[in-house]
Amino acid sequence: MNIVRIARVTVLALVPAWLAVTPVLADDAHFCSVPAYLLSTDSTLPKVAEAFKARAPIRVLIIGSRSSVLSGPDGAASSYPARFEAALRDKLPGIAISVVTDLHPREMAADVAGKIEKIVQERNPTLVVWQTGTVDAMRAIDPDDFRAALDTGMAALQKANADVILMNLQYSPRMETVLAATNYNDTIRVVAQEHGAPLFDRFAIMRAWSEAGDFDLFARARSIGVAARVHDCIGRALSRLVIEAARINPSELGGR
Amino acid sequence: MTTPTVLVSNTKAVPPDAGTSVLPGGAGERELRLDLFRGLALWLIFIDHLPPNILTWLTIRNYGFSDATEIFIFISGYTAAFVYSRAMDERGFIISSARIFKRVWQIYVAHVFLFMIYLAEISYIATSFENPLYSEEMGILDFLKYPDVTIVEALLLKFKPVNMDVLPLYIVLMLALPFALWLMRRIPDTTLALAVLLYALTWQFGFALPAYPHGVWVFNPFAWQLLFVFGAWCALGGARRMAPILASRVTFVLAVAYLLFAFYVTLTWHVPQLHGYLPGWLESWMYPINKTDLDVLRFAHFLALATVTVRFLRKDWPGLTSPWLRPIILCGQHSLEIFCIGVFLAFAGHFVLAETSGGAGLHFVISMTGLVIMSCAAWLLSWYKAEVSKSGKQPVMAVSADLVGSN
Repeated sequence: MNIVRIARVTVLALVPAWLAVTPVLADDAHFCSVPAYLLSTDSTLPKVAEAFKARAPIRVLIIGSRSSVLSGPDGAASSYPARFEAALRDKLPGIAISVVTDLHPREMAADVAGKIEKIVQERNPTLVVWQTGTVDAMRAIDPDDFRAALDTGMAALQKANADVILMNLQYSPRMETVLAATNYNDTIRVVAQEHGAPLFDRFAIMRAWSEAGDFDLFARARSIGVAARVHDCIGRALSRLVIEAARINPSELGGR
Repeated sequence: MTTPTVLVSNTKAVPPDAGTSVLPGGAGERELRLDLFRGLALWLIFIDHLPPNILTWLTIRNYGFSDATEIFIFISGYTAAFVYSRAMDERGFIISSARIFKRVWQIYVAHVFLFMIYLAEISYIATSFENPLYSEEMGILDFLKYPDVTIVEALLLKFKPVNMDVLPLYIVLMLALPFALWLMRRIPDTTLALAVLLYALTWQFGFALPAYPHGVWVFNPFAWQLLFVFGAWCALGGARRMAPILASRVTFVLAVAYLLFAFYVTLTWHVPQLHGYLPGWLESWMYPINKTDLDVLRFAHFLALATVTVRFLRKDWPGLTSPWLRPIILCGQHSLEIFCIGVFLAFAGHFVLAETSGGAGLHFVISMTGLVIMSCAAWLLSWYKAEVSKSGKQPVMAVSADLVGSN
């Protein structure tokens, strides 16, 4: 009796530690699953589809702010761009996949939009994931100005012949009384629709995880554990959106 | 029930004045519908200020373009015009203006009080909450490092935290009220036309009040004044003159059609599968629906909603005196106090939810508790006011006008 209890307590104590140490292994179908409608989209990614058909390399460029990277020595390896790269390689074996990030902390959409043409020229990506809105929301930029900045950036990206996915703000329940995200998320959604770009609804996805009890996003956390697991899930969800929006069938690769 | 007698005693106090009023018929009678809908708006504002939960689906912003803010501002314009216009009849322009400015001061003090509570909550989060996931978002709390700037900007109404934008709008509208009312009492239709003109010019030239650290006021007073002035215009006889239009079948059909259209569009936001059925040209014409500058679509939605409501909910509807609606009506009668309590309770609710990582059940309990507290507070305020007026220390008229005008 006592031994059973001790064993149970030990296991319970070890599970969180294990999860924190090995975030990548938490690949359970039920854990951090995303409601299908959040990953289905009418918009497509023709360049990615083309590259897939030709079995050509897919170069992804992630343009974002601070919330696209975790700090600390293992930060970059645990953040969603790296996890996204791993997940996509996993799903598309045999296709060369590279993911690079270009971060602009503390810069508003308008600042970033002005630089996009140059950035894209240098990197020549197949797909650009533009994570935006956080800095603008923090500075309470006029929604009209924010929208104009997004339009400018989207125009530059589409001129450069790259597919685009827009990514909105994080769901941060603790900050809700300080940070008004709704307006900016709405604007991002509208701009994505207008430009026929898929939206990665990071906000709704994270909220779904919070509501399902996958993550406690209210709690304080000193270590990087929870953050790394959230980023791992974001990376995998993003890879699913790319496959879904490009309308490609990874099982075609299996036959080779 | 003791509460209904409060009203009766007050309405009875009015008749000496009723005959001289410039107001539409029955000026002495309290319009319970106004109290009801203002109370309802306060409840909805409180629910909307909490994180989304099951009650959020009951709020009107999920079923159309406009939300509780429109109702609140319109009714505030209506009651303010109603009360202070009568005061102008009795005591003249100067005294009534002084009373309006006293009211402005009260609203300002209430706003600063709420800001203090907000600061307390934010300071707590800043020192106790950390999570590497949110290192970027936490940056917004940096303003706490510069209290000299932050607090001064807040006192100047330029720095306004989330959910604290309504009172500053109200302050500006009330500041302009003496002038607007003076004009409205002489040339009502021209005044309304001027309000429309200001609204149009605002859209054309982008008038706005600056906010700190960036951007503009969330509710642009130059645009939202239209609803306030429209409310005032209705109170000073406009509603009566509009009655034939409101009663016409065509108006009703148009209003219902527009409400259904708005409902469908709103539905596409929540049910993405429906989104494909919305034509692209309509979307590009319609979006974004600008809340800051009171989009025409929102204003029209409020008008349609009001048209349909007035048609079905008559002034003499017996339900207005039913004990079930009592809590909402009481809240509507003490709107400034109840609004402040609502904002405070929303902060407190956020805090409890965050501290306990509470689920949907607790969330529901918090929302309901908040509504009960708001209702109890309103009842207490009514009781106190009735006791004060019973003791007869104040002139009866002033008390009754204050009661109507606790906006």
